[in-house]
Amino acid sequence: MNVTILLFTLLVGAFATFLANKTLAPKIALLFGLVAFLETIAIICQHNSGVNAGFTTQWIMNPNIHIALKADGLALALVLLTTMLTPLIILSSFGNHIEKSNLFYGLVMFMSFAMTGTFLAADGFLYYIFWELSLIPIYFIALLWGNDTFEARKKAIFKFFIYTFAGSLFMLVGFIYLYQKAGSFLLADLYNVSLTSQEQYWIFLAFFLAYAIKIPIFPFHTWQASTYEKAPTVGTMLLSGIMLKMGLYSIIRWQLPITSSAAKELMPTILVLCIIGVVYGSIVALKQVNIKRFFAYSSLAHVGLIAAGAYTLTLDGLLGAVYQMLAHGFVIVGLFYVAEIMYNRFETRAINEMGGIRQQAPQFASLFMILLFASIGLPGTFSFIGEFSLLYGLSQINIWYAIIGGTSIIFGAFYMLRMFQRSMLGETNTKVFKEVSVNEKIVLGVLVITVIFLGIYPKPITDLITPSLVEIVSYIK
Amino acid sequence: MDTNVILLLLLVPLIGSLVNVFFGKKLGNGSGIIATVAVLISFIISLLAFIQVNSTKQPIEIELFEWMALANFNVTFGFLLDQLSLLWLLFVTGIGTLIHWYSTNYMKNDENYAKFFAYLNLFIFFMIVLVTGSNLLITFIGWEGVGLCSYLLIGFWHKNQSYNDAAKKAFIMNRIGDLGFLVGVFILAFLFQSLDYMTIKEALMHGTNHQINMWIGWAALALFIGAVGKSAQIPLYTWLPDAMAGPTPVSALIHAATMVTAGIFLITRLNFVFDLAPHIQNIIAIVGAVTSLFAATIGLVQTDIKKVLAYSTVSQLGLMFMAVGFGAYEIAVFHVVTHAFFKACLFLGSGSVIHAMGGEQDMRNMGGLKKFMPATYATFLLATIAISGFPPFSGFFSKDEILLTAFSHNPVLYVIGSIASIMTAFYMFRLLYLTFFKNFRGTQEQKNHLHESPAAITVPLWILGILSVVGGVISLPGNSWLNSYLEPIIVNSANAHPHVLGTTEYILMAIAVIGACIGLFIAYSKYIKKGELPPADEQMTGFHKVLYNKYYIDEIYMKVIVKPIYALAVFFRDVVEVVLSEAIYGLGKIADGLSLQGKKAQNGNIGLYLFAFVFGICLMLYYLFIAR
Repeated sequence: MNVTILLFTLLVGAFATFLANKTLAPKIALLFGLVAFLETIAIICQHNSGVNAGFTTQWIMNPNIHIALKADGLALALVLLTTMLTPLIILSSFGNHIEKSNLFYGLVMFMSFAMTGTFLAADGFLYYIFWELSLIPIYFIALLWGNDTFEARKKAIFKFFIYTFAGSLFMLVGFIYLYQKAGSFLLADLYNVSLTSQEQYWIFLAFFLAYAIKIPIFPFHTWQASTYEKAPTVGTMLLSGIMLKMGLYSIIRWQLPITSSAAKELMPTILVLCIIGVVYGSIVALKQVNIKRFFAYSSLAHVGLIAAGAYTLTLDGLLGAVYQMLAHGFVIVGLFYVAEIMYNRFETRAINEMGGIRQQAPQFASLFMILLFASIGLPGTFSFIGEFSLLYGLSQINIWYAIIGGTSIIFGAFYMLRMFQRSMLGETNTKVFKEVSVNEKIVLGVLVITVIFLGIYPKPITDLITPSLVEIVSYIK
Repeated sequence: MDTNVILLLLLVPLIGSLVNVFFGKKLGNGSGIIATVAVLISFIISLLAFIQVNSTKQPIEIELFEWMALANFNVTFGFLLDQLSLLWLLFVTGIGTLIHWYSTNYMKNDENYAKFFAYLNLFIFFMIVLVTGSNLLITFIGWEGVGLCSYLLIGFWHKNQSYNDAAKKAFIMNRIGDLGFLVGVFILAFLFQSLDYMTIKEALMHGTNHQINMWIGWAALALFIGAVGKSAQIPLYTWLPDAMAGPTPVSALIHAATMVTAGIFLITRLNFVFDLAPHIQNIIAIVGAVTSLFAATIGLVQTDIKKVLAYSTVSQLGLMFMAVGFGAYEIAVFHVVTHAFFKACLFLGSGSVIHAMGGEQDMRNMGGLKKFMPATYATFLLATIAISGFPPFSGFFSKDEILLTAFSHNPVLYVIGSIASIMTAFYMFRLLYLTFFKNFRGTQEQKNHLHESPAAITVPLWILGILSVVGGVISLPGNSWLNSYLEPIIVNSANAHPHVLGTTEYILMAIAVIGACIGLFIAYSKYIKKGELPPADEQMTGFHKVLYNKYYIDEIYMKVIVKPIYALAVFFRDVVEVVLSEAIYGLGKIADGLSLQGKKAQNGNIGLYLFAFVFGICLMLYYLFIAR
């Protein structure tokens, strides 16, 4: 079995969902999502037994473009994140009434397809296509099913679209330049292309712009909070849980190995930028009122640290980055779901209008609390593995990076517990808060169990990603 | 001993906790019994392991599986039961069992009875992990885990937002220390490519050089910051008094007897590291001494029975830090143990009082409880004598050892520690007199409600009371069982060798006893002879008021640290974010201005823009790949 089957499943799933009627569409999407997840598991098992699940064939002779899919451990880890979160995200929205649900879930599946393709692509051109394709469904999901008035969200979503699209164009220019040098878009050829330091520098920056906006890295983050706020929660989950990992993944897969000497040269500047983002995001989060904006800024802080880890160019930093990409994906999707559940019950996203929920819904409170403590990297959760490796990697470059980046564990506790106290604790609100439903319990339960299991036994992930990261580090050197 | 049995020791409290989480509601009173038995099982296994290790002198080590694998080092899920961890295990699970039992009665009318025991069991689990971890990161799991439980239990009555504030504060203050812990870990991992205690110890046995010593100094400082957070020393102590918001058994178990001693545990565990950092040891001794005096002065005037005990805990922990600062680890451990006995007894006793008073904690409204609660009074008296340092009660021996060591190392710190000890005797007898002597000062309704607590409360009190009396036998001057027991753990035990009891020692002992008598006498003359009462809040003046308000440290922290951070957050949110966002629009507008030609096309139709975009790209690609 190779990974084309997985992509095919997701694509067929998207069209089948789109063509189905409105009541059946969500179930079909869920079904295909689950099938894709199982296929991913099968492919990973196969990968572990030594069988390559990659795929390469010539697509266009002139220009020299391939359909190349590389299924190493790194790619599969991110594919696993995508196909595991997709069904959960679909299930999470089952309680909501969604207009034109066939179109909605079709777009969700299509986005899952495009993101999976991005993680697997090993040809620059194909990769670019998948990268941009993933932007289209989220644009429409956010625009058509988002919150607030159409005009208000159009402003935010359009900004997001143009901003990220513009960033990507620089990457495209970079690829075209590389093509002229290498005569191919293939990842392996691009790894081996020799560039002058001047050329490396510009290509590095072109890629950086695309990724810094996507991730986002301070100060390129201004699209983030308003987009997360205005998008429907399914969209926010897709964006924060999976899509922003595309940028982080691409740093490791494309940018660092191709332009490694520029990366080394620019490392201090970029690390400082990332770490500023960590502290800045943590502090801005403190005084957010809207809970979705709150999580957006907490996310800004977390991904800043992930990016910093990747840019250390060390194995520990890269390991930490991948651990934390996965952990952050599980946790942030859970947290946005929590916000959605609160909104469905209380019809508000203002933290200061909630309160007393723990008294009314203790199970919900416990699930929320576990995700919250995972988010601030409590040992025993997967996030700790990530955060520890990241900070350790940074400390090996310069201990001050680890200390200043590490203030996020203090600030994280500060803003998260403050939010939790204001939204969940205290005297009971006058409004009734229903205890979690079965669907909600399944989604949150799966996330909680995953985060705790991998926190105690991360070995499956370690074994999966370490060889490919070792390989990438060898290209960097 | 079999690995599975050791695992049982570890996991039984966790299982107890999970049972209470998932089935607690159905179990009713059973949940308290299950939780108590779970800890009791751990205690029994600890006792068996202790007997084995004490006779074989061989630590029990188990390795489960690889946890983390980084480029230069691996971390395994491994546990080490040696003399040090077993000693901690014994009193954690032993006192833990008593406090669980006590709680079955104390919490019996609480609506979240099962949840309380779930948290309490979870705490014991993490505490066991903390003391038995075979490397720094397993210890860190326990370290943060007990912090989590502390958070959950301080804010146990979560409808009250001021309790939630206290819980949040405790967690955040601890996290400041935890960052220190992590930085220390990073440095040690960098130096030794391992976080295993045994490996680091062996590596250091082979000698070090100047460069390594410098880094070890930084690591020691960072780890000490971790200890300062967890063990409530200056400047991170302010969470502990507030932590008294939690139910009283929690204060006894977590915030007096066990968790707060984790800092001492860590430093003792890494004594071979700290011995190489004499500057840091000096800092530790000074911080400890200053904290002990500072907290004692606040304790002099508090009127809340639990607040007095809380500041007393901070003060006693300060004495322990002073001892580890001198490199006298055995002595610090000795005081940890005796303190666990008498402070647990005092807290549980205060809980018994608070219960009888219907929740009242202000001593100004107590008095005369002696005749209503004879068992509580008697045990409280024993523990008070012990903490005040009267021979032959346990506190006398341990505190005296600390002061003797201080005298030989640094006379100034000796004086500071002695003054703190005199104050301790004063405020403890003040507490005893105000609570149990003279006439009852509460309302008639409270008076009718007064009663002695049932056996589930008084029996643990008696056990702890007796231990407070006799606990000193584990380390008698001149013939210390504890010192020889801990010998394999402490690499350099020169600092705590049993003192030859010469004239100086006897004189110092006499001074200490006289000091305690002075404290006792002042309290007696003020509160018994003259029958004084602490003034009402608004009548306090001058320095008394400053002390009563804890030197306004909380207010200062609020003004100097918390408020500026909030202001910064608002500034970032309302100014920086807006400016950054507008800057992006500005870029767009510049592009707009440049494209005068395309102005007609700019009719706001997104579809048209996109079309133009894609068309442009296609043209570009066509030019690059096909036309050429």
